[in-house]
Amino acid sequence: MKLIESFVIAISSLFTNKLRSSLTMLGIIIGVGAVIAIMAGGRGMENYVTSTLEDLGTDVLYVQPSNPDAPGMAAMAPGYATPTLTLDDAEAIARIPSVLGVAPTNENFVELTFGGETITSVIEGTTPEFQEAFTYEMASGQFITERNVASRDMVVVLGSKTTEDLFGDEDPLGQSIKLKGKRFTVTGVLASKGGAMFGFSLDEIVIVPITTYQTRLFTLRTPSGEDSVMSIGVMVSGPEAMDDVKADIETTLRKRHRIDEDEKDDFTIVSMEQMIGIFSDITGIISIFLAAIASIGLLVASIGIMNIMLVSVTERTREIGIRKAVGAKRRDILLQFLLEAAVLSLVGGGIGIAFGWALSLAMSIIATLAGFPLQATLSPFHVIVAVGVSIIIGLGSGIYPAMRAARLNPIDALHYG
Amino acid sequence: MIELENVTKVYQMGKVEVPALQGITLNIERGEMLSIIGASGSGKSTLMNVIGCLDKPSSGRYIFDGADVSRLNDNRLAEIRNKKLGFVFQEYNLLSRVSALANVELPLVYSGGRHKRRQAMEALERVGLGERVKHKPTELSGGEQQRVAIARALVNNPSLILADEPTGNLDSVSTAEIISIFRQLNQDGITVIIVTHERDIASQTQRNIHLLDGQITSDERIV
Repeated sequence: MKLIESFVIAISSLFTNKLRSSLTMLGIIIGVGAVIAIMAGGRGMENYVTSTLEDLGTDVLYVQPSNPDAPGMAAMAPGYATPTLTLDDAEAIARIPSVLGVAPTNENFVELTFGGETITSVIEGTTPEFQEAFTYEMASGQFITERNVASRDMVVVLGSKTTEDLFGDEDPLGQSIKLKGKRFTVTGVLASKGGAMFGFSLDEIVIVPITTYQTRLFTLRTPSGEDSVMSIGVMVSGPEAMDDVKADIETTLRKRHRIDEDEKDDFTIVSMEQMIGIFSDITGIISIFLAAIASIGLLVASIGIMNIMLVSVTERTREIGIRKAVGAKRRDILLQFLLEAAVLSLVGGGIGIAFGWALSLAMSIIATLAGFPLQATLSPFHVIVAVGVSIIIGLGSGIYPAMRAARLNPIDALHYG
Repeated sequence: MIELENVTKVYQMGKVEVPALQGITLNIERGEMLSIIGASGSGKSTLMNVIGCLDKPSSGRYIFDGADVSRLNDNRLAEIRNKKLGFVFQEYNLLSRVSALANVELPLVYSGGRHKRRQAMEALERVGLGERVKHKPTELSGGEQQRVAIARALVNNPSLILADEPTGNLDSVSTAEIISIFRQLNQDGITVIIVTHERDIASQTQRNIHLLDGQITSDERIV
């Protein structure tokens, strides 16, 4: 018998049992749909994180204090590491070849008041290089200047969202606002960047000179009593200089911090590439984990198929007897039932992919409305895997019932029921 | 064409062995039309199953059309059933969900014939059922269903048709029709074996083989 005829037989017998076939398929549809939605959503999240980090500029290294005794990422956790970096360290790094500029930055949350309006925002105390390191454009006015930093001026540059929240349509330039109760003059407004970093809009931000931040707003000192810096952004001339610059920073800082040969660094150098790698690893692991949980649904679905196929074999015992009496071989019967299971799971898998894709699109829309503009991405790889898994489920759960059917004795089968 | 030599068939019912056939020796020539007669439990259905290659003898030799059936594997038996044999059952045994035509096409599906539709139509016309071929078995009368079953049995031009109580479920008019179809097929050269317990039916065939407790008690030719 030809394969195509087995197919026709399988499909027509699925059609004669429409309700049962579709309920069985529903299991597969939900299972495959859930896995696809999670994988597409996970990929979307990964892309979102990666592109957000890339927005921050990829030719930038970050130097942060680190606790040499802490394990892994915990070494960089704020509050865990002793503040060790200073503005002098930043200046020393700025003198390393291939370093285009440094942006020492301190960060915190702050309350801003203008008129009757009080809002909370992220505050960055930094230097003029920050603008380039984080690729901000000016909407109006100017960024903080070297002179602002040198003379600890009470000036502030506002992010576009912060400006909107605080001033509405009013022109903020030259206005006076209060940060932690102290008066600052607005000298510039940033153009909107659009992105967000883990829920914090890159436009909800206020920027002050780092010296002002250290002396007038938030005091944080190194063990030796100097004003400390939380992080130093280092702009490097290009990707090819990254490794050299990293090595030079290490040498420079170890020397400045008087660290012995056998001691570990009290700082960490992280490149944006590394950060992207770390975050894609995290999101990748999370999606694999979620997909594994969703796969339990597939297992249940395959048990459902096997169950239905067993019922179907019993119910159609006489049909099998008739087919055998007129010349069907074991192989023919086996193929018929196997194909039925395969068609069920393949069609179910196909609908499941569409369903999962729709689900992940819906998730992207909801996420975007909630402020995370992530775009669910379905890769051909996911589709191939889903189709493959469906086929395996179909064959896996169909093989036992099909073998039972093929092994039936034609005489017993003919007189069944 | 059919040679049985001391054929036995023993069924295992739990721990008890039930002998269904006890040393059957029988020769059937091509072109015969005969009846196997016996009460229920006489072993006549078992004999039909063995002759019809649905079952293998426990011992003895069975030669069908020159082939030693007792030595063939399941696939070869399936091929013989498909190409050389046709079955007609008391309860018709049609696939209820598909049309009469599709039922008749069924053996051709497994033999890979090319002109299925045409061959099936020819077979249906041979049993006088050229119309109503699109109807499902449930929409046909008992006699019509049995004619569909006969059409299915002869669609592959078999050399032997085996009928197990073919008129058991039919009224006298349909019975007469079915028997006359068998006679016509026999005149066309097909060997016909009818298993029955009805003397009326048996008397319309040329040879009556009586079976009792798995043994042949008489084998008479009717002239």
